Amino acid sequence: MSEPKPKKVYFYGTCLVDLFFPDAGMAGIQLLRQAGVDVVFPEGQTCCGQPAFNCGYWEEARDVARNQVALFPQDLPVILPSGSCAGMMKVHYPELFHGQPDEAKVKAFSARVYELTQFLVDVLDVKLKDLGAPVKVTWHSSCHAVRDLGLKGEPQALIGQLANVELAPLAREHECCGFGGTFSVRQPEISGAMSCDKAADAEATGASVVLSTDGGCLLNVNGTLEAKQSPLRVQHIAEFLWERTHAR
Amino acid sequence: MHAEHEVLFRDSAAKALLDPQLRANFRRAMDGLITKRRNQFPDPRDLQDLRDLSTTIRSRSLLGLPELLEQFEVNCTKNGIKVHWAETCEQANELILSILRAKNAKTLVKGKSMVSEEMHLNAFLEANGIEALESDLGEYIIQLDGETPSHIIMPAIHKNKDQIARQFSQKIKDAKYTEDVDELTAMARRVLRQKFLDADAGLSGVNFAVAETGTLCLVENEGNGRMSTHVPPLHIAVMGLEKVVATLEDVAPLYAILTRSATGQAVSTYFNMITGPRGEGEKDGPQEVHLVILDNGRSRIYADPQLRATLRCIRCGACMNHCPVYTRVGGHAYEAVYPGPIGKILTPQMEGVGVRHDLIHGSSLCGACGEVCPVEIPIPEILVRLRREATHDDEGSNVAGRGTGRTATEDWAWRLWAGVLKRPALYRLAAWFATRFGKALPAGAPLIKNWTRSRTKPVPARRSLSERMRAEGGKHV
Repeated sequence: MSEPKPKKVYFYGTCLVDLFFPDAGMAGIQLLRQAGVDVVFPEGQTCCGQPAFNCGYWEEARDVARNQVALFPQDLPVILPSGSCAGMMKVHYPELFHGQPDEAKVKAFSARVYELTQFLVDVLDVKLKDLGAPVKVTWHSSCHAVRDLGLKGEPQALIGQLANVELAPLAREHECCGFGGTFSVRQPEISGAMSCDKAADAEATGASVVLSTDGGCLLNVNGTLEAKQSPLRVQHIAEFLWERTHAR
Repeated sequence: MHAEHEVLFRDSAAKALLDPQLRANFRRAMDGLITKRRNQFPDPRDLQDLRDLSTTIRSRSLLGLPELLEQFEVNCTKNGIKVHWAETCEQANELILSILRAKNAKTLVKGKSMVSEEMHLNAFLEANGIEALESDLGEYIIQLDGETPSHIIMPAIHKNKDQIARQFSQKIKDAKYTEDVDELTAMARRVLRQKFLDADAGLSGVNFAVAETGTLCLVENEGNGRMSTHVPPLHIAVMGLEKVVATLEDVAPLYAILTRSATGQAVSTYFNMITGPRGEGEKDGPQEVHLVILDNGRSRIYADPQLRATLRCIRCGACMNHCPVYTRVGGHAYEAVYPGPIGKILTPQMEGVGVRHDLIHGSSLCGACGEVCPVEIPIPEILVRLRREATHDDEGSNVAGRGTGRTATEDWAWRLWAGVLKRPALYRLAAWFATRFGKALPAGAPLIKNWTRSRTKPVPARRSLSERMRAEGGKHV
């Protein structure tokens, strides 16, 4: 890395992590601190605005987004434990604010946004030491992490650093899990069919845990596995990495 | 209240999902196509280079579309191709009928054409006493059953070999039951050969229309396209007005990416270039060639700088092959001429965004379509734009049916959503309630009921991340 590593970053929890996966949020913060970075968690975080944006309610999305951008005034990287929300803030905010008076300010903010694993690997170049027992995991890549943000194997690289972890890939790693935000309730039959296929794919790997970097995918796949009464469970990658690497 | 298409995509898709045979047919076929395409592009950089070039060519062609169409018409006319313009499908159908009647043609043999599907030409001609026979094997198969194409490239892909074997033995005269693919193909060929010889006219689509030379390019694998355009004394071609490119040089990269993206072939078996009727002293070819150029909403799409990208499409079908929704429900569930992701953006723009609101929301926005599109049509972005158009009547928009998909309930829901989420204090209160009492929400509440069809109810954590960070203290700004 030619550029000096940042000493201080912002952390944006996202609404799904805030309400459903707070352990993942805490773990993400701990991983950053473990890498020697100061983490600032501004008060007043709610949601990135993606659901309204995707449904065409752009004024409502902008109202929410504008307040969130204002929470991160300093020129520091903004780290999210979510590919989808990071994609919204990094890629879609500039579209959402196109032609608005605060477009330049929002674009400057968007340029500072990173998904957590991307930041850990590409910017911080972290080295992890596995302290856990042998385990087999599988990885679900989130569509927006790969296709909006252009993640190219950063989460797998982190998992690969863990000596006792075997990564068994899904047969259809890049296929959508069926969440899709409001899609999951607007088109429950199609969404359910996709989710069931994803759950079956995960079960077929023989892994004991499904990892992902997205609260939406995790909520969806976990709910599907539970409904199938599968012993398999999901975990956010931040939580998994933190559990395996910190001395208790 | 707003107008709805008579069958909602949700309902037709739900029905398709209950058909295990259909799902297996599609999954197997799409997996095969995905693999074949992947094998054609071993180097991602080469693929990206070709996509960039193809996108540039299609964008440039659209930028100069009015001029190119004029040039194309002049050169076609010079070549002896009679050019006709149709604003609507009805006009296009009437034009074709009058061309056929002028030659007293009673039978028409057709090469594959999605524009003719758009026009519902077969039904129209039949009602006017003219037999239109599909000669593409897939189209022939579905025509026997009175079905419409379930895929733009492979119209009968929803059927497997056994289903076709049964159908042929019942519907083709003197046919015996066989599951042998070669024998089945030979059976269809026997019927079609005679039809090519007997037909009064042939009809085809157009893959690329070349302005500088007045050439119609036709990509196909069965030779039926060549037979349809070559054997009968009259050839009528139909095309959407977006199909034109400037030069022959433009065709090569588009052709290369079309066949690779569509069927995973480096080249198709046939590539026809039609530059006019039979010349003096020539021994074959039709005596007359007519071309009908159809608008049907395209110039309206063209007028919008973002939505114009829709017209870059070269109809390869890669977006449907890679779509997790299409793969599971198949083409018929869309109740539209063009299924899959491209159909989800094209159909609502043609029929109205309000009427096909359900179709626009039939996507998880996963982005698989945009990722493989050979001309980089940003399908997910356009879907989001159309969702906007369906619910808002924005100044300056010319999208068909804009604002007509708006409902008071949805309006109210998003206003409430924003009202809470733009006020951190309110969100904090809502989060407090959700974490303490989220468990108590009934699984049968409206939206939760849809979620719990195939999943357990999501239960919020005991304490939110914000709450825990507040408790930690000291690290806040």
